[in-house]
Amino acid sequence: MAAVGPCGTGTGSTGSVAAAASKNNVTSFQRRGPRASSSDSGGSRLVSIAGTRPSVRNGQLLVSTGLPALDQLLGGGLAVGTVLLIEEDKYNIYSPLLFKYFLAEGIINGHNLLVASAKEDPEKILQELPAPLLDDNCKKEFDEEIYNDKTPESNIKMKIAWRYQLLPKMEQAGPVSSSRFGHYYDVSKKMPQELIEASNWHGFFLPEKISSTLNIEPCSLTHGYIKLLQFIQKIIYEEGFDGSNPQKKQKNILRIGIQNLGSPLWGDDICCTENCDNSHNLTKFLYILRGLLRTSLSACIITMPTHLIQNKAIIARITNLSDTVVHLESFIGSERETNPLYKDYHGLIHIRQIPRLNNLICDVSDVKDLAFKLKRKLFTIEWVQDNYLRQERNIYPPGFSYLLKQKDSAWGEGSLQHSTFLMSFLAKATAFASRLVRHSEPLKQTGRGRIRHAAGPRLWHDGRRQEAPGLLAIPS
Amino acid sequence: MFPELNNLLNTTPDRVEQGKLTLLCDAKTDGSFLVHHFLSFYLKANCKVCFVALIQSFTHYNIVGQKLGVSLTTARERGQLMFLEGLKSSVDVFFRAEEKPHPLQFLREANAGNLQPLYEFVREALQPVDQGETAWRCPVLLVDNLSVLLSLGVGAVAVLDFIHYCRAAVCCELQGNMVVLAHDSGDAEDEENDILLNGLSHQSHLILRAEGLATGFCRDVHGQLRVLWRRPPQPTAQRDRSLTYQYKIQDKSVSFFAKGLSPAVL
Repeated sequence: MAAVGPCGTGTGSTGSVAAAASKNNVTSFQRRGPRASSSDSGGSRLVSIAGTRPSVRNGQLLVSTGLPALDQLLGGGLAVGTVLLIEEDKYNIYSPLLFKYFLAEGIINGHNLLVASAKEDPEKILQELPAPLLDDNCKKEFDEEIYNDKTPESNIKMKIAWRYQLLPKMEQAGPVSSSRFGHYYDVSKKMPQELIEASNWHGFFLPEKISSTLNIEPCSLTHGYIKLLQFIQKIIYEEGFDGSNPQKKQKNILRIGIQNLGSPLWGDDICCTENCDNSHNLTKFLYILRGLLRTSLSACIITMPTHLIQNKAIIARITNLSDTVVHLESFIGSERETNPLYKDYHGLIHIRQIPRLNNLICDVSDVKDLAFKLKRKLFTIEWVQDNYLRQERNIYPPGFSYLLKQKDSAWGEGSLQHSTFLMSFLAKATAFASRLVRHSEPLKQTGRGRIRHAAGPRLWHDGRRQEAPGLLAIPS
Repeated sequence: MFPELNNLLNTTPDRVEQGKLTLLCDAKTDGSFLVHHFLSFYLKANCKVCFVALIQSFTHYNIVGQKLGVSLTTARERGQLMFLEGLKSSVDVFFRAEEKPHPLQFLREANAGNLQPLYEFVREALQPVDQGETAWRCPVLLVDNLSVLLSLGVGAVAVLDFIHYCRAAVCCELQGNMVVLAHDSGDAEDEENDILLNGLSHQSHLILRAEGLATGFCRDVHGQLRVLWRRPPQPTAQRDRSLTYQYKIQDKSVSFFAKGLSPAVL
């Protein structure tokens, strides 16, 4: 445990340097930095912003959600100017993690933050952000320090060289290397205090804002929503995130996080009754928020307890008014918890909607059955099918699992195509097996029929079976 | 403009029917490709277009339009296209109290009554001007999409009233066309949306309905398009032609094929 302490502070100090002075940390790994920045500067002028990259598909500027696996599923990342809606899991255990990842990624990249909540003080939310796993720079430095202490001079170079050899493999292991876009976070540790203090953030805590003036003009929105919209608009215009006003300073991204939007704490009653009068409050809020985002350098994450919303029609409307929609479904309390198929996972993640931006088509990922798992440190997203295949391998004929993997990503499990394909494959497999039998017959003088061979070594060593030609090896 | 869809509908930009209301409807999929089709179609046909775009930004429509061979910026400069960008104006309407009523004035109002300002905007935009230099062909009103109006607190009846007024002005008086998109909420039991959709279906001359596949996501078939002509039955054998097609959206076009005849399957 003694090693953990200094490692944490080491992470903090170098990380804050990286955040403050972005590119000039003096390590032995300077090589990657210049290359990355030079390739970036070849693109549009917007790419001078840290932690962004242009989309391959539509040229939109993307920011990371703080979870590289989710970035991949969303077509590379979250487009600037769009809303990511997280439909919360039933007991709200896992969705705050995604919320915090998104904010932590902003702190690491030096983005501005706007945290809005009706439940927790934004400052408290920031205190609980997970610590980044910056795997190359700081750890290496830390390791080198250890070697410096313990080994003689001659050995150091060899040790360092040995680490260099290992390094590229480690980087390739992750889907996105930890360079500039998308980092991994350790949920078991807190974000270092220096980083939070260095960051530029604005908090919106509803109980503080709503206290004083209640005599406002009767408007079309709930009071809390109006306050929040005015706050966001003020930040965007004052800090110059809107594209219309020319910015004097270095351009930067504003990351907006809104927690538990639509819950009763926001003063909205869509969670309480099915037929409420102001059911369009939330949709109207989303529409105006989207209008604000589209004209500014900002990206927004919203977590929403959609399972509480009584009226299904409202959920459909909310989905239509959001850009990206991700639904978390945890297994806690459901019968899937005991299903052996899902025993390694904590829940399913559904990508409900991917936006169409500057394009007729959207980047839909081919992989549909996704599950998530909260390990000790990391939140991971995996393909359920892998586990499924592992389990079913003994049932299906050889080769089928591979074909299933190829085909099933497009065909939902249990769909008509799936079962048709299964039937046709089984028919083919049977035909193939009977062909095998025919081919094995001429070989019987050598006594090496493939079918009998496959039937098991016990039968094969039985002398009498060997002398009965033409019979498939069926024990009597 | 997708040539294959023109073939299916038996139209070309050279000969445009007049006085028609076309309803685009999408269920469990995104039907915006149809909006892009009609936008580029009417711009190429030299019609004067009023586009009420409530769901996406101007740049989005412009970039997609360029892929389909039309430039919205030049069309707007030439006065051929009147573009109402809902997202941008919503911010203006909401944060800056202006004196003159905005087309989307209802966003500020506590209980959004009617869409009269929006109707007046449309009417003014499509009113023929006696400039003489460039005579556009028939005026066209395009709305993407009407379901958003419901989300913004306008009642279904108010939207239907708006459509009725627009029909009277655009289709009858000016002999133009209207194309509107509406979502089909499907099993979400959205009563208002159902009222709106049924009312629209009752009025429209042509219904194009894009549906997601019942079997779920597929890489090579993105959905199916049903074409419903609401016109007097024709005596010829044309009537019993199947009018359901499957489609695949590509980067710059959409390919249509008969059900089950996707090139990926054959």
